[in-house]
Amino acid sequence: MKRTRREFIRESVSAFTIGLSAPAFLRDLVEAQGGGAPRNLVVLFLAGGNDALSTLVPYTDPFYYSRRPTIAIPAGQVLQIGTDSANTPLGLHPNLPSLRAIFDAGRLAIIQRAGYQNSSRSHFQGTDTWGTATPGTTTGPGWLGRYLDTLPLPVDPLIAWDALREVPRALVSRTISVPAIPSVSGYRYLSPNSGAEAALERAIAERISSHVPVDRPHLAFVNANLQTAMATLDRVARVTTYTPAATYPTTGLGQTFQTVAGAIATEVGSRIFWVQYGGFDTHASQVGANGAYPRLMAELNAAIAAFYADLEAQGLLGDTLLVAFSEFGRRAYENGSNGSDHGAAGLMLALGGRVRGGLYGTAASLATDPQNPTLENNGGDVHYETDFRSVYARIIDVWLGADSTVILGGDFRKPGLTFI
Amino acid sequence: MAFTTDEDLRHLFRRAGFGASPSELELYRAVGPREVLNALLDFDTIPDDVDAKIGQPGYARVMVRGEFKPNTNITDARQRWLFRMLHTERPLQEKLTLFWHNHFATAYSKVAGAYGSSDGTRLMAAKPSEDPVRQEGQIELIRRMCMGPFDDFLVAMAKDVAMLVWLDGRFNTKAKPQENFGRELMELFTMGVRLYVEADVYAAARVFTGWNLRRTTSGAGDPNPRYEFSYNAAQHDTTAKAFSFPIYPDGGRTIPARSSADGLQDGIDLIRAVASHPETAKRLARRLYGYFVSEVNPPDEVFIADLAAAYLQNNLSLRSMVGRLLRSSPFHDAANFFSRYSWPVEFAIRAVKELGWIGFNVNDVVNALTNMGQLLFEPPDVAGWELGPGWISSGAMLARANFAATLTTNQRTNLLAEARPHAQTPEALLAFMLDRLSCAPLDQRAYDDLRGYVGSTTWTGSDTQVRNKAAGLAHLILGAGEYVFV
Repeated sequence: MKRTRREFIRESVSAFTIGLSAPAFLRDLVEAQGGGAPRNLVVLFLAGGNDALSTLVPYTDPFYYSRRPTIAIPAGQVLQIGTDSANTPLGLHPNLPSLRAIFDAGRLAIIQRAGYQNSSRSHFQGTDTWGTATPGTTTGPGWLGRYLDTLPLPVDPLIAWDALREVPRALVSRTISVPAIPSVSGYRYLSPNSGAEAALERAIAERISSHVPVDRPHLAFVNANLQTAMATLDRVARVTTYTPAATYPTTGLGQTFQTVAGAIATEVGSRIFWVQYGGFDTHASQVGANGAYPRLMAELNAAIAAFYADLEAQGLLGDTLLVAFSEFGRRAYENGSNGSDHGAAGLMLALGGRVRGGLYGTAASLATDPQNPTLENNGGDVHYETDFRSVYARIIDVWLGADSTVILGGDFRKPGLTFI
Repeated sequence: MAFTTDEDLRHLFRRAGFGASPSELELYRAVGPREVLNALLDFDTIPDDVDAKIGQPGYARVMVRGEFKPNTNITDARQRWLFRMLHTERPLQEKLTLFWHNHFATAYSKVAGAYGSSDGTRLMAAKPSEDPVRQEGQIELIRRMCMGPFDDFLVAMAKDVAMLVWLDGRFNTKAKPQENFGRELMELFTMGVRLYVEADVYAAARVFTGWNLRRTTSGAGDPNPRYEFSYNAAQHDTTAKAFSFPIYPDGGRTIPARSSADGLQDGIDLIRAVASHPETAKRLARRLYGYFVSEVNPPDEVFIADLAAAYLQNNLSLRSMVGRLLRSSPFHDAANFFSRYSWPVEFAIRAVKELGWIGFNVNDVVNALTNMGQLLFEPPDVAGWELGPGWISSGAMLARANFAATLTTNQRTNLLAEARPHAQTPEALLAFMLDRLSCAPLDQRAYDDLRGYVGSTTWTGSDTQVRNKAAGLAHLILGAGEYVFV
């Protein structure tokens, strides 16, 4: 798997340099490209394989409790949110009270059993699949990168904002080098000099990186990333002056959401944001006083609550769509160390001012019958019901205003999947 | 084959070490090519005394918070390792230690999560000679065995306490075989993906049942518990294990049923089998090629076969493979100069070696490494860091440029003194700096930009001017795309 990942990146270097012949790095495109009401897409990737059965609990399924004697959430603790279309009662993890409030307000959609055929149990292959939106194919640009490639050139690189240090596969594009901004305060250009001397130095650094050595694609790739940095520095710095209308938690996730809200509110030009929250690979110590999963849920709840409240107060909620998902769900039954192992289908969340909230799709029955159609792998893992690309398709068609059949290479539109 | 030019000499030290300082270059030039290569490879003949230089004048500093405790404080462990990379007289040993650290990719945070930060550091980095119960940290094991026979190295890693925590071997029992180590042994440590089937993973898990660890203390509150590998015979699955690939020289694919007392041999058999698998030899050869020769120019398959043979025909000797590699034509081919993306650690240490360290504190490297994407003892996952272009993003490039700013700010005064004799003209200053810092060749436009920077004001050669321009130039070169390549 490591090998294929590296192959992929290598390919993206050569793919990228093709796009470099276009003048893709102009600074003042925000206004030019911002015509009409801007819509913001924030992707929250829950890295490690979120245990969907602990996020959304089928608390009346006896097999949920018999197969998870240690890690099941007691029925009395779940935050009930009603029943799905198959009349299965469902409840959120007890540490998600703010998500329930958003659900009750009709602004949270939960897509159950999202996944794909022959789901990979590997973190790397799974993440690649959700990134390229092409199961089995681990090379080429990502689904959001392909969307970016449809924008008329030249494209402002800050059209997308990656809050990671690395560029996730989903954002790898042929035409732009998406900026990686792990921290706004660190995203600056220092100098051993000051004043005019430092300013000159920065100007020279920009010029050096602007050269496109056609016969040196690897150097061109590095320079493109430097160019992106130089072209986005000043606007990213504006976000440090942002005063939120809600108090964000001091967690990494909370601070990242504050940064995203700041970037939206100060109109730096970004429309697509990538936020990652790791730690979901809960093979052990999933529950208990110091359990990993309750903490993950509490941090997630607090960060999203602040983000939602902030955007609402700023009048930006209607222009923002937050989508969350993971590379796979976890096994139906628990393992020997108070945890759960890699499984198949998971869930997707969509939240925002224009979201049509509610439960989409149906819950799995966890009955151990090997023929149980809602499970796979001898009844061990949840089988998918909604192809994750159907959710991507809805986002691309309705929210981003592009053609999902072109970007996804096929028609994945699903009737009834009208969460936006 | 040995180097014949100064460029080749510098290339050798960028790859087999972390670059060379001006004084080291002078020394190596005087010694001669053959002796330099021999000394690099046969580093056991050179005293391993670099740690004694910590705190001594003439070397980079470390940040001391109360007391310097590299065996029990992870930040200090990181400082010590960076100090070693910077000042060791056995550069290849540190370079290989870094290679294997990525290969076996064990993260401190999981070990510390299990046993606390102090013991977590001990298990990652303690020097036995300095530990009250002679605990050996994983990185010390790697340093000791980085050139050894790979099967012995793997067995030692399989029994390494940090590894037993990292890949959950400590929980591997008969009733619940743990797949983590067995899978990664085949997929990441040896043969590579696609050369085994899922059933091999289950069999490998059973092979290592009972390969657990023991923690012993001298009583409650013992500040230095002893951790060691422990073969728990009662937890070993004694039934036979069948594999899809040969385990024994006669082609046998089944590890026989054994008594629990003899069950430890199962793991030894499997490790020897995968270590001597022809695909392991080739995969190691490719990885070492990427680390020492090129990530840009693919290897010739004949060359890979040659490296694999050096390993397979010499009792799985890593020394044979590395020696063959460093003496090879591809290694010394100028087309392979600057054809790798430097790892952040390589980038930072090379910059310090080339620019200067008097008054510089290696703690500043520790801080910058997080932003550059390579915090030592904290690889992102079991597959290690994403190498090559994977290091590069706008944020990571800014982090590199900003580390260069920290370093050049720190070295302003030293640089002035050294640059002054070479600062008669802007061109002379530029030539001095380009000789000092070994970056990939600049094309004419980049050269002209730098020339324009130095000559932006009328040249007087005043101390103020030289100080500013020397520091600014060094920063521009170290922060340029060309300096990423090594």
